[in-house]
This record gives sequence, C-alpha cells and structure tokens, in this order.
Amino acid sequence: MSDRPRPATTGGGTALLGAAALVALATTIVLGLRLPPTVEQGPYARLIAVHPPLAWAAYLAFAVCALASVLWLWRRTRAPKWDRLAVASAEVGVVFCALTLVTGSIWGRPTWGVWWTWDARLTSTALLLALFAGYLALRKVSVDPETRARRAAIAALVAVADVPIVHFSVDWWRTLHQGRSLAQITPQDDLDGSYTSVMLLGFVAMTLLYGWLVAHRSRVEALEARLEAEGLDLALEERRAESEVVEAVAR
Amino acid sequence: MWRDALLVAGKDLRIEARSRVATNQVAPFALVVLVLFGFALDPDRGVLARASAGLFWVAVLLSSLLAVQRSFALEGGDATADGLRLSGLDPAGIFLGKAAAVAAQLAALQVVLALGVVVLYDADLGGPALLLATCAAATVGLAAAGVVYGALAAGLRVRETLLPLLLLPVVAPVLLGATRAWEAGMGLSVDDGWRWAQLLAVFAVIYVTLGVVAFGALLEES
Amino acid sequence: MAPVVRFRSAVALLGRFPALSGVDLTVEPGEVVLLEGANGAGKTTVLRACAGLVPLVSGEAEVLGVDLRADRRSVRRRVGLLGHSGALYEDLGAEENVRFAVRAAGGDAAAVVPALSLLGIEGRLRTTAVGRLSTGQRRRVALAVLVARSPSLWLLDEPHAGLDAAGRDLLDDLVRSAVAAGATVLLASHETDRAAAVAGRTVTMAGGRVQPREPARVA
Repeated sequence: MSDRPRPATTGGGTALLGAAALVALATTIVLGLRLPPTVEQGPYARLIAVHPPLAWAAYLAFAVCALASVLWLWRRTRAPKWDRLAVASAEVGVVFCALTLVTGSIWGRPTWGVWWTWDARLTSTALLLALFAGYLALRKVSVDPETRARRAAIAALVAVADVPIVHFSVDWWRTLHQGRSLAQITPQDDLDGSYTSVMLLGFVAMTLLYGWLVAHRSRVEALEARLEAEGLDLALEERRAESEVVEAVAR
Repeated sequence: MWRDALLVAGKDLRIEARSRVATNQVAPFALVVLVLFGFALDPDRGVLARASAGLFWVAVLLSSLLAVQRSFALEGGDATADGLRLSGLDPAGIFLGKAAAVAAQLAALQVVLALGVVVLYDADLGGPALLLATCAAATVGLAAAGVVYGALAAGLRVRETLLPLLLLPVVAPVLLGATRAWEAGMGLSVDDGWRWAQLLAVFAVIYVTLGVVAFGALLEES
Repeated sequence: MAPVVRFRSAVALLGRFPALSGVDLTVEPGEVVLLEGANGAGKTTVLRACAGLVPLVSGEAEVLGVDLRADRRSVRRRVGLLGHSGALYEDLGAEENVRFAVRAAGGDAAAVVPALSLLGIEGRLRTTAVGRLSTGQRRRVALAVLVARSPSLWLLDEPHAGLDAAGRDLLDDLVRSAVAAGATVLLASHETDRAAAVAGRTVTMAGGRVQPREPARVA
C-alpha cells in the first residue's frame, strides 16, 4: 500500500485480488449447491461450504486487527497505515462474524427446530462479535485521530486478550451439556471427499474476499485521512488570519 | 508505583467514606436487582434457589458497572483526570490504586449480596473455601477489567452508555466461571469448581497486567 | 542559563481545531510573564501545553529542559497549573486535598499546614468538604496546593478571577515570593492593569500565535 493514496480505491493489485475472490466465491457456491444433500440434514448440510470459512475469516480479521494494533502501539513501527488496517479489518470481521452466526443459526434450525443453539463455538463467536462491536463503537466516539488510534489499539488488545478465556470458558461450559452442537452436524462420513474439498475451496474464497474488502476499506480510510489533513491546513490558515486581523486593528 | 497505588486507593476509599455512594446507592441497587429477579422468576418452584449462583453474579456484574463509573466520575467534571495527569503520579500506580478501591467496594458488596441471596432465595452456601476463592479471583478480575475500560471510556460524553457495551462482553467469562464455580461449591452441579476458579485467576492476572502496562497510554486525553 | 520555556512555531490541536498555530515564546528563569489576548486566542492552551497536557503536532517546545514532543509526562511534577476549575476533590476537605496533591508530587508533607495558613484557610475551613466552599475559597485552596508543592514553573490561568480584593493582593504577594524563591511565573489574565503590575513583561496572543512586539509609537 503506497503512502500517497490515489483518489480512487482500486488499483492493479486489488483488482486482481477482487477477481480471484469473485471466481473462488462463485465456484464455491456453484459446487456447494451441487453437493448431494445428506440424510440427516437435507439440503442444509451444504452450508458447510460457507459457515466454517466465514468463521475462519472472522477470526483472521480479528487477529489481523490485533496485530495491526500492536504494530501501531510499538513506537518503532508506528505508522498511520496500521491504524487504518486495524479498523478496516475489524469492520470486515464484524460482518463476517455476523454472517457466521446467521449461517450457523440457519444450519441448526431445521435439525433441532430452534434458532439458536448454545453451541460452544457459536456462543464464543457471538461474544467475539460483541467485543468488536464495542471496539467500533469506541472508535466512532473519539474525535481526534491520534487519541482514537491509541484508544482503539489498546481496546483491540484488551479484547483479544479475552478471546482465549472466552474460548475455554464457553468450551468447558458446553461440554458438560452435551447438547446440540454444530460439530455434530458436520458430516463425518462424506462420500467422495467432496464436502471437504468444497469447504476448503470455501476457505480460500473467504480469505481472498477478506483481503479484497480490507484493501478497499483501508484505502477509504487513507483518503479520509488525507481529506482531514487538507482540512487542517485550511483551518491553520484561518486561525492565523485571525491574528492578522487583530494586528491590523491594533495599528 | 506501589506508594502511588496506596495513595490513590486511600484517596478513593476516603472519598467513598465521605460520600457513601457505594453504601447508599450501589448496595441498595444490587439488592433491588435481587428482588426484581424474584418478581421475574416464579419463586415457588425452587427456581430461584437453583439459579441463585447465577443471579448473584449477575447482580455483582451490574453493580460493578456502577462502581467503575463512580471511580471515574469522582475525578471530576468534563476535563476528567486532568488533576490525575498533573499530579505526577505513576499511571500504573493510579491503575492499581483505583482497581484496589473498586475491588474493596465490590468485596463489601458481595457480602451484602450473599446475605441477600441466602435470605431471599433460600440458597445454601456450602463449600465456603471454593466460594471465597472464586469471589477473590473474580473480584480482582472485574475490578481490573473495569478500571481499564473505565479509562477507555472516560472523558467521553457517552461514557455511561459506552462502558456497559465495552465491559460486559469482556467480563462475560467471569460471569460464566464464577457461576459454575459457585454451583459446584453449593453442590448444585458435579463440575470441577476449582478449575473454574483457576480460569478466573488467569483472567485476573491478564487484566491486572494489561492495566499496569497500558494505563499510562490510556490516561492521556489526547 | 537555559530558558524555562522555549516554544518555536509550536502547533497544537484540540481535536481538529488548531488552538496553537505557530507559537514563538521564550521565558527566562525568574521572569513573570503575562499572557494577554481576547477569548479564544490560545492563552489557556499555551499554559496547558507548558504543563505537558497538550500534544504538539509540529514545531519545538521545551519546558524546564524537557522536550515536550518526546516526553510530556515528566515535566508535570515540576510545574504547577492553576486552571479555571481547580483540580480538587469535592468530597475531601481542604487539608486532605492539599496533602494528597503534595504527596502525589513527592513533596514535603510539612509544607501543607503553613501553605493553608498563608492562604487564610484556618480552623473549620480546613476540614469542610471543598464542594461546600465558595468559589473564592476554592481558589485559595487551589493556590495552597501550588504553594505547598512549590513547583519551578507556575502556570496561572486567570488567577485573579473569583478572588476578593484581599485575595488579589495575597496572590500578587505569592507571585513575588515565589519568584524570590527561584520560580518562574507565566500567567494569563484579562485584568491587564493589575497583572501588569506584577509582571515583568507582557506577551499578546491572537489566533493561536504570539503577536510580535509593537515598536513604541511616537504619540
């Protein structure tokens, strides 16, 4: 990512990424729809092509957000681009996270007749969504970029520190109640490895999609920063003009 | 750092002793929450007794929000913490002092709530060692995470609504763990309560460390 | 001797607003400098910047030998800022507030009582919660904090406001004795006549900058 952003958010690299993502996603969907329905879950088993990949992409997004926050906080590597990457990744992550929950819900409903199973992974993902929704809310409220970046970076790390604890606690909790679990739905026996391979393709597609979305979102952020910097120069000029008026009046 | 922590904790507790916000407002709030649960859940079928561990900890969690808000509100007005920044105190010490004061208030609150739960829900608080250990670990963790997030939200006009959104998801595992540990201690489940207490201790260590390291950066307004 | 305050083209932002748009200011040790200017000229921001509370985005700023762009925190123990609202705890008494401030800055606890007496805070006033005191009395408590901490640089923002005539005389005496003891004083005030009597020189601010000195006009 160059430091001087162009006035548009596309560029050679991202266009290629986008094309690859589109192709991979389309292939996944087509192949996924062609997967044979299973005995237990009927057509819904095909959600395996998107649900775990979405979850993976969400976790990837939050991990990148945390990493970018660390890079921003560490003085030696501090640069505005890390803050931009952090917010872009978090926003994309929140979207993927929400989609994970929706697909998980749709998957579970026909099998057990409820919209929400207190499945360990779904519950952890829901908490993760809440943590990063809070992160984004915090960003919206701060005003100047430096404070906002600092607070957000710390908030991201504090949230990420919670993730392993959330994971373990929810896991221990739900293993006691061997109730409905999405892990049970995942087809253990699949006829010719077709399920697994489509799922893997899905992972690739989601990763590419994530990369493409983050690239664009970071660019938007960079453009906004440039707008602000130019606005600042304008404000400085106006402020200095004030003092000239006073000088002129004093004479 | 420790000297500063003691100074700040002493100051916060002295202010509490004068203004009595925790005793006059937070504790009654907590008890009201317990009563409200009684209204919401039917008390006749023993539901309350079985759920008492969870209800206790939910009440503690909600009260901790108030305690943390108060800890930052008492630093004064809009500029918030200007005085603290100018004081020359070590930020890590400020964090530890504030967290300690909040923890002390939460501990006192838990005693009151425990009585409330015994009286109102007919709960049987057996296995005191586990219950107390859980309380200790959970309190430290809640206070530490609370003060960290209080600082993150401090100085913002929307502090009152932002703090719960930030803090509650983070301390959800504390609610989970503390309730499971208490249920094990009270004989309501066959889970290994000590494992949960250990998890709470890990949480506490993580958040105390984070607070000590990050509070300096957090305290800067801009 | 190195100047106590040295700003060169200092630019500072409050949110997105450029409160300081290029300040040039030098204050030598032992000086009493008055900052004057209209509301919004940036006087308060200069004082806060000297206290290390405001981050600078460009230019140079050095206070008591500390480069503010590198480290804003360490200078805070050595300066004393008297702001519009005192940084006092409403529920604690005057003596408790002063004692806390002194101990926090690592000062000498023995200085607390003499400072309170100097400011006329005796007897009942010492233990009444600060929130119950009048504005003038709170000013005095805030000044007592300053006296007890005895910082090397005093930053006073509208110090005369809220004080009665006796209080203002007292303030002028305090400034003089602080300077005699080796401190430097930078104050911002609208009461130019009164403050100019105490100040060694006057600096005018407008639009976030320091106005260059007017050459003396021949009337």
